[in-house]
Amino acid sequence: MPTLNPTIGEAIVGTPADKRFDPEEALNRAPVHFSPSSRIWHRFKHNRLGYWSLILFVSLYVFSLAGELVSNDKPLVVYYDKHWYFPLFNDYREAVFGGNLPITADYHDPFIQEQLKKPGNFALYPLNPYYYDTLNYFSNADHYPGAPDSENFLGTDIAGYDIAARLLYGFRVSVTFALALTLVGTVLGIVIGAIQGYFAGKVDMFTQRLIEIWGSMPELYLLIIFASIFEPNLILIFLLLSLFGWITLSDYVRAEFLRNRQLEYVKAAKALGLSNLQIIWRHILPNSLTPVITFLPFRMSAAIMALASLDFLGMGVTAPTPSLGQLLLQGKANLDAWWIAVSAFGVLVVTLLLLTFMGEALRNALDTRLTLSDKDQGSI
Amino acid sequence: MSSPLLSLENVSISFGKKLVVDNLSLEIKPGERLALVGESGSGKTVTALSILRLLSQARISGRINFQGHDLVTKSEQEIRRIRGSEIAMIFQEPMSALNPLFTIGNQIIETLILHEGLSHADARKKTLQLLIRTGIRDPERGIDSYPHQLSGGQRQRAMIAMALACRPKLLIADEPTTALDMTIRARIVKLLLDLQQEEIARNGNEGMAILMITHDLNLVRKFAQRVAVMEHGKLVETGETEAIFANPQHPYTVKLINSIPVRRVEPVVDNAPVLLESDKLRVEYYKPKQGWRGLFGKTSHVALQGADVVLRAGETVGVVGESGSGKSTLAQAILDLIPVKSGDIYFDGAPISRLSRRNHRALRASLQVVFQDPFGSLSPRQTIKQIVGEGLVLHFPDLDEDEQQTKIIDVLREVGLSASILNSYPHEFSGGQRQRIAIARALVLSPRVVILDEPTSALDVSIQNQVLELLVSLQKKYGLSYVLISHDLTVINALAHRLYVLKDGEIVESGDTEQVIAHPQHPYTQTLVSASL
Repeated sequence: MPTLNPTIGEAIVGTPADKRFDPEEALNRAPVHFSPSSRIWHRFKHNRLGYWSLILFVSLYVFSLAGELVSNDKPLVVYYDKHWYFPLFNDYREAVFGGNLPITADYHDPFIQEQLKKPGNFALYPLNPYYYDTLNYFSNADHYPGAPDSENFLGTDIAGYDIAARLLYGFRVSVTFALALTLVGTVLGIVIGAIQGYFAGKVDMFTQRLIEIWGSMPELYLLIIFASIFEPNLILIFLLLSLFGWITLSDYVRAEFLRNRQLEYVKAAKALGLSNLQIIWRHILPNSLTPVITFLPFRMSAAIMALASLDFLGMGVTAPTPSLGQLLLQGKANLDAWWIAVSAFGVLVVTLLLLTFMGEALRNALDTRLTLSDKDQGSI
Repeated sequence: MSSPLLSLENVSISFGKKLVVDNLSLEIKPGERLALVGESGSGKTVTALSILRLLSQARISGRINFQGHDLVTKSEQEIRRIRGSEIAMIFQEPMSALNPLFTIGNQIIETLILHEGLSHADARKKTLQLLIRTGIRDPERGIDSYPHQLSGGQRQRAMIAMALACRPKLLIADEPTTALDMTIRARIVKLLLDLQQEEIARNGNEGMAILMITHDLNLVRKFAQRVAVMEHGKLVETGETEAIFANPQHPYTVKLINSIPVRRVEPVVDNAPVLLESDKLRVEYYKPKQGWRGLFGKTSHVALQGADVVLRAGETVGVVGESGSGKSTLAQAILDLIPVKSGDIYFDGAPISRLSRRNHRALRASLQVVFQDPFGSLSPRQTIKQIVGEGLVLHFPDLDEDEQQTKIIDVLREVGLSASILNSYPHEFSGGQRQRIAIARALVLSPRVVILDEPTSALDVSIQNQVLELLVSLQKKYGLSYVLISHDLTVINALAHRLYVLKDGEIVESGDTEQVIAHPQHPYTQTLVSASL
């Protein structure tokens, strides 16, 4: 009987007998190999709705990050008296543009605008000439909140702030807040879940009891109490929410670790002599991330909702910090000013919807039970 | 010649575009025992399930005639009347085939009430008789037991009782013994034979036919009258059992029959030094005490005691035992993966427990392991290069990138794989190939001892043989020592110079493999030998 006879179902690649076997050449000939993560990405891309939601969401966020160029109460560039000025980066006194007062120039002031329009001068204004805390002292409106008109194309809120600007910056704050909260919650959840799951036994039991005690603290009441002691701001809310946000995730990571630590590749790694940290980092963690990744978009939408609801309840940030929840609250208090509630609601709905679509696509992409042919998503 | 009970005519089964069974024709006569043999993926289980139309997504073409009626065209309602009463089925894993929320009795009584229209009291009486017939221990208690309260063998007996409840004309047994221990396997096969004899004695030639699906050729030889061999969805050969074993026609059948492991052991050098030695090894597992006492104390369960194992250089010792006998515990204790309660392990004369950290790490390289499950033993998110190279990085940090790569490629070729797989991921390989990768991972560190924990149990028979051959050739080339752990005496017999028989954590017999198998002394060894060879 020959040694190593290749048979059906056991196609042996290459021939050991072949002495002129060239590894370099073999490597070059090798087909492209998809790692599990690239296969997941491939499957995600095949979900049209989720993929385009991701693209749209990222573009919206990038757009909002460049908000100063789009919505600002200062011109981007000014050419006055044969000099270039960049009000976006420097503050110029009114005197610079021919005024009398030594205060910072207000570019909504009709006098300044006249000056800048004189022949030879030139000013490039952003699309929407309001920052989120711009109060237009020269407005034509006779009361606030003002309905959409040629000055404020989405109207103004009760304080006279431009709603379009507040939505843009509110979106930016919400998403940044959610990203940070998700990041911190995920890292904390992974670290704690990994320690619990990997070491199991007494470590697990002790930590689990601590988590149970910690988790039974009334989060909302804590927020209310802290909101009444301190002036609520984003940092405080962020700290308080991230203290509790990791608990559910750590449970998932713990369960994954408990399962994976039993598997034979972990035993094999131990038999190789790898340290605990190496085993966790290289072997168990990459195989335990499925629930973490699946929950990312949903955690983000939960974080956005948490911030908006706190603001809505009046326990969140105070004006002039732009906030979607505050706009909703104003909308509720001024039902006749429909433009406030409708626009804030619209932004929230679109944001959450995009995140949900992404989450679903991601969940399907990670679900190994759904094969590509099941969903007719093409082939790899 | 009586007309066939079941005949499949040109049956093809496909899932979507994938053809799983291709133009298969097969007949079973009343009272016949037919074995359908093939490796995993050959379509044998799919064929069996399609007889009862239990595959909702499959497209079946051709005719499946049962007592003159075509089962393919029957309505869902009609087929349901046949399931369980005319044709019954027993499955591989009795734990998952029985509903864990109902007692054994309940599940059998339900079938009887449904198909035979018996009253509850009558059904219970009949159930009790059935359980007595299938040899359930203490049937009065067994009838009210839940599946988890019974052992594997007892559960399979309960499954058989359930299948026989309505006196089916045809019993389909899908790998009925694969999940069971060796000694229990033999008893279940004997039970099936006895039951069929009883049925035939009662009904003459119209008795129950059995279609046995299996990959275990020993079982086929003992059990079946006729054999049908399947390969890749095609029926390649049918015939009388004796004739097929004596004179197989199709090359695939030849290969299957040749794949029963044969002994290929070369004698160890006389003065070979002792490499690994364990002295009165004792391992205990702790579990909480029952009930509220569990809050305060733990009881210990002895998994292994008084284990004295000696391994010489270039030698293979086999460790054989049933599940729960402590053989995997022994492997893990030697590998220092679980704490040892008392006793000591000596490697090259030095006690492992007293080694310095540094020497301990060096020991890891010379003491390697290959596990049973080729799907669980490779991390799915690493490339083959990373998997095989991981130990190199750790134990040979002086090697540069190129030297490492050369070493990895060398060892892959040594186990019969090419360098082109370096950047592949484990999911791209079959079970046998994965096992080769696992062997490469152990081999790359140039170990002196390799622990083989059921290295072939999860593989198909023909691949099993290839892996065994590979192991032998590597041993010859590098003078490796193996500790081979298996429940399968044929595998042990093929590879091991000496063997230890483990039962309930104790070594009950040890000695030269051929000697022990030829003249087993301990009663347990005797049953084991008679059950598996």
